[in-house]
Parts: sequence; C-alpha cells; structure tokens
Amino acid sequence: MQTNHVIKLEEIQKTYHTGEVDVHAVRGVSLEIAPGEFVAIMGSSGSGKSTLMNMIGALDHPTHGHYWLDGVDVSTLDRDALADVRNQKIGFVFQGFNLLSRTSALENVEMPLLYNHKRIQAHEQRDRATHALELVGLSQRADHHPNQLSGGQQQRVAIARALVNQPSLLLADEPTGNLDSQTSIEIMGVFQKLNAQGITIIMVTHELDVARYTRRMVILRDGKIVTDELVKDRLIAETELNNLREAQQAVQLA
Amino acid sequence: MRIFASLRIAGRALRRNKMRSLLTMLGIIIGVGAVIGSVSLTTGATKQVEDQVASLGENVITVFSGNFTQGAMRGGWGSAPTLTVDDAQAIAQLPNVLAVSPEVRDREQILANGLNWNTQVMGESPDYAQILNRSIVSGAMFSDQDVRSLAKSAVIGQTVVDQLFPGENPLGKTLRIRNIPFQIIGVLTPKGFNLFGQDQDDIVIVPYTSHMHRITTRTFLNDILVEASSDKTINLAQNEITDLLTARHRSKEPDFTVRNQADLMDRVSASSRAMGFLLAGVAAVSLIVGGIGIMNIMLVSVTERTREIGIRMAVGARAADILVQFLIEAVTLSAIGGSIGIAGGMIFSWLIAFLKHWPTVTPTVWIIIAFISSTIIGVISGFYPAWKASQLDPIDALRYE
Repeated sequence: MQTNHVIKLEEIQKTYHTGEVDVHAVRGVSLEIAPGEFVAIMGSSGSGKSTLMNMIGALDHPTHGHYWLDGVDVSTLDRDALADVRNQKIGFVFQGFNLLSRTSALENVEMPLLYNHKRIQAHEQRDRATHALELVGLSQRADHHPNQLSGGQQQRVAIARALVNQPSLLLADEPTGNLDSQTSIEIMGVFQKLNAQGITIIMVTHELDVARYTRRMVILRDGKIVTDELVKDRLIAETELNNLREAQQAVQLA
Repeated sequence: MRIFASLRIAGRALRRNKMRSLLTMLGIIIGVGAVIGSVSLTTGATKQVEDQVASLGENVITVFSGNFTQGAMRGGWGSAPTLTVDDAQAIAQLPNVLAVSPEVRDREQILANGLNWNTQVMGESPDYAQILNRSIVSGAMFSDQDVRSLAKSAVIGQTVVDQLFPGENPLGKTLRIRNIPFQIIGVLTPKGFNLFGQDQDDIVIVPYTSHMHRITTRTFLNDILVEASSDKTINLAQNEITDLLTARHRSKEPDFTVRNQADLMDRVSASSRAMGFLLAGVAAVSLIVGGIGIMNIMLVSVTERTREIGIRMAVGARAADILVQFLIEAVTLSAIGGSIGIAGGMIFSWLIAFLKHWPTVTPTVWIIIAFISSTIIGVISGFYPAWKASQLDPIDALRYE
C-alpha cells in the first residue's frame, strides 16, 4: 500500500511529440515523499523539473509510469477528476503569485472553496479563508486588493489560498523568484512554520540559497534524478532574518 | 459551483469594463427597444381598427341582393331586385337569428328649417339600432307600430343635425323628403367615420315601410341586416340563411350574397398577423446582430483572461465550472441589455402616445418574448467562447502572458 507516502512516483516518463523530434522531458523518475517532508526539487532550465512539477501538481499526465497521491493513482484520472484532485489535495503557490486582480485578498483565498464539491456555506467560506490568512499573518489585510499589497504580502495571500482546502500537499513553483532577498527569507519562514505544523511541502527552485531552507534536496538533470539527499547545513529563516537585520543596522550605524 | 457565486463573478467581470459592457449590450438594447416600440405602435393601431370593426356591430350578417344582368351589361351586387320583405320575415324566424332589419337605401335632397342637404335616407326596422350598435342620444327610435302604420317618423344623425338645425334642438321638428313631412323623433349618438371613410352620422333613418311606400315605390330591398345570436352561431346562421333563400328563390344560380362581420374581423387579424411576422423577422435579425456583438466581446474576454482561467483551473475548477462562468457572463449581458431595451421601447411608445396621441399598447406577451429571446441569444452567442475557455489546457493558460 502507498498510504505511508503522500507521493509515490514510479518510473515516471514524459515525452512531448512536437514536430519531428520527440522531446523526452522526464526519463524515468521514481520518488517517494513521506508526510511532513519539505523537499526542494532543483535543476537548471531544461532539466525537466517544471514538467515533473506539472505532473506532481496533477496538471498533466505522465506518458509512462504511475503516480500515487495519497494512495490514489492520479496518472489514470480524467480531466474532471484531476481538477478535483487539485482542488482537494494540492495547494499551488506560483512564482508570479497568480492572484486575481481587483479581487480582495479574502476573496482570492476563498476561490478554491467555490470549486469544492461539498457545499460550503458562505459564512464558513469566510471563516476558513480568514483562518488561512491568519496562518500566513495577513488577517488584517483581508480587504486589500493585490495591487495594494507588497510582493511578499501577495505571496502570503497565495499561500493562504493554497492552504484553504487543507490539502495533503503544498506545491510551490519558484515561490521566491519575484521577491527580494529579505522577503524571500520571510516567505521561506512561512513555509518552515507551516512545515513545522506537519504540512508536506514540495518546492521547485533553481536557487541553492533558497533550497537550503528545506529538509531534502532532489536534483534533476536531463530528466533524471542525479542527487537525492537531506539538507546538511539547513538554514532557519528566523535566524537568517535576525542576522540580516543586524547587518543592516551595522551599515546604518557605520 | 453555485449560481450566486457565478453571478457575482460575472457582475465583477462586467463592471471591470463598464464602457465595453455597455457598448456590447447596445446591440441587444437597440434591437429589443425597436421591436418593443414598433410592436406597441402596431398593436395600438390594430386594436383601434379592431375596435372600429367591433363598433360596426357584433355578429352582423348582411344579405345583399343579387346582380342584375341584361344582355351584355352586368350590374353589381344589389342591382337586381331579388330580396323581399317576406324574405326578411322568413329569416327572422330562423333559430340562430336574434334581430333582422330589411334595408332600403336612397340618396335624397332633404329640406328643413329653410336649409337643404343631400344625404343617405335609410329604411330600416327598429332592430337597426341594436344590430349596428347604435344608440339614441336624445328622443327615441321608432317602433314596430310605426313600421306597421307607415309612420312619418325619422331618426337623424349628428351631421344632418349640424347641417339643417345648427345650434337648435331638432326633436319634434319637421324635415321634408321628396316634399313629404317627417317628424324628427330621435337623434343618433355620433359615431364618426367608419373603416371605409364614410360618415356614419350623415344619415336619416325612417321605417322601411314608409321608405318603400311613401318616399319611393319599391317592392324589393337593397339588403337585409341580420344579427346572429352569438359569435359561435354566426357561421351556422349564415348557412341557414343561404339555404332558406336558395329554397325560397328557387333559382339555380344564387341571386343573393351573404357576408358576415367575422370575415372582416378575420381579414383585420390576418393583416395584424402579417405585421406580427414582419416584426418577428426584424426582431430576429437585430437580435442575431446583437448576439454576434456579444460573441465577439466574449471571445476577446476569454483571450484576455486566459491567465485567470488557468488559475481557476489550477485550484480545481472543472471545465464545466469555467463554461458556466462565461455563459452566465454572456447571459447577464444579453438579459440586462434586453431589459434595458424593453424599458426603452416602452418609454418610446409612451412618448409617442403622449406627444402624438397615437394609441400604443405594449402586449405583455411581447415583453416576455423579448426577454426570453434576448436571454436565449446570450446562451447561444456565449456558448462558443465559454466552450473555448473551458477547453483551455491549464498549463498553457497559466503560462499565458
């Protein structure tokens, strides 16, 4: 049984038939991720990490192989079933935040609940969205629209949206790609806090600095896993932030 | 996904581009407005004509005498002396006949009060007033007794009053027809011009016996006015009259002709039906044009919001959710446009009624038709863009810039 894993990939392959040449983006990846893990999937562009990410995110089917998410074989599901899997089991955080403009933070967070199968009462939607915003420390900005929020705050809204359906898995695609270094550390702090509460997180990144906040590093090259190891000198966001603040103050004092 | 939430999303999307939404709706607004406006005008006009036809009397059957042919010369209907008073009395015995008036007509130069006037002098029975829905404004109609006694009594129309007794009360006064003095015993309530432009008040009515024996020396009638007992029996009564007269006249060719009011009513409603079809055609064309506008804008909107569609799909929207969302947006556009168009058309027709004093009627059924068809247009024109949106690949949609 696969129930002891959140994710189990078995010889996953993905081939794109574009033009005359077949592109083998992922060539046989097997991976198991247990509940409560915090994994960074790394690789340069063209390494197949985005393709792998899309398949883990139930946005795409593998050409070969199997993918169990929470014990369910996702690789054989149809479009609508995949949509339900994304809604119920996966929370997405994107590089570009992907919030709906001219829609308040709270309503952005509520959005996945609209597509939930179970009818959720309007007040319960509100309560759950407010709670999710509290988890990322943004409850006092619930009425603000994305263009009234900083990049870091927008990414927190996106994380709250990913959490609102209480998914088995939080999937982050370059979540710090559009943020400055200090805000990046703050966002990694949010992830570390959530992970400490038992939420499984998979993050795709190409920055080694960011990957060092996770617990396990999987490195892809040419569609295959070349390294899969625990992070040795793990960074703690809180400590790094304090260091950074001290350094800034030192510059100002000097 | 709930309809209420979808409506809210649609409302927000439409408010985001107020000007564009308004311009898109304009096609439907103008189309529906024009239809409601013209339907109101033509319905008002048709209703006026129908009222006029009804005012000619209800369930009226007219029996005309036959055409008279001598050698190669053929007279028109009524030229042959074939209908008699006995015919009229026989018709009066038929079960589905309520009232009968034998009619003789003549144009006469009449004199009164030192003035003279050329008018239609009609010989009728007292049933005339009932059959043709005419009432007496002052005085009274002559009686059956007057008919039997060849009374020199006359009932006159308002035009005759105006011409011969300007500013005076004509009751009890005398007017002369071919120098025979008739006493005026009643004045008809004015009715104005009929459908065919004849002044229904330019008329003098006397008992048909007086007309046939005192004014003229006729033994035949021009026609016989008959009122059937109801609109259901009018065709039956018409057939019975035809059978009766055919038997009485013992002629191979029918020497008379029978027409009824229902025929005229049918012709009027046929023309209003034709007008209705014409309007429906105009409505269809304008709604199709409006629908194309909506489809166009919805396609633009889907392209613009590809990324939003991707986000919604990523967080678990099914294809059907996206389809419904865009469909509701299109239907909201067209239904609001339709409603504004209905209101605009009604305001337009009220203005016409108010300023031009034209009768306008906005039938409820057309309001419902206009609303439903604009909604249906929204569904039809919104379906393709919405389907296109729902078939987007979430990965491509998310990557769309």
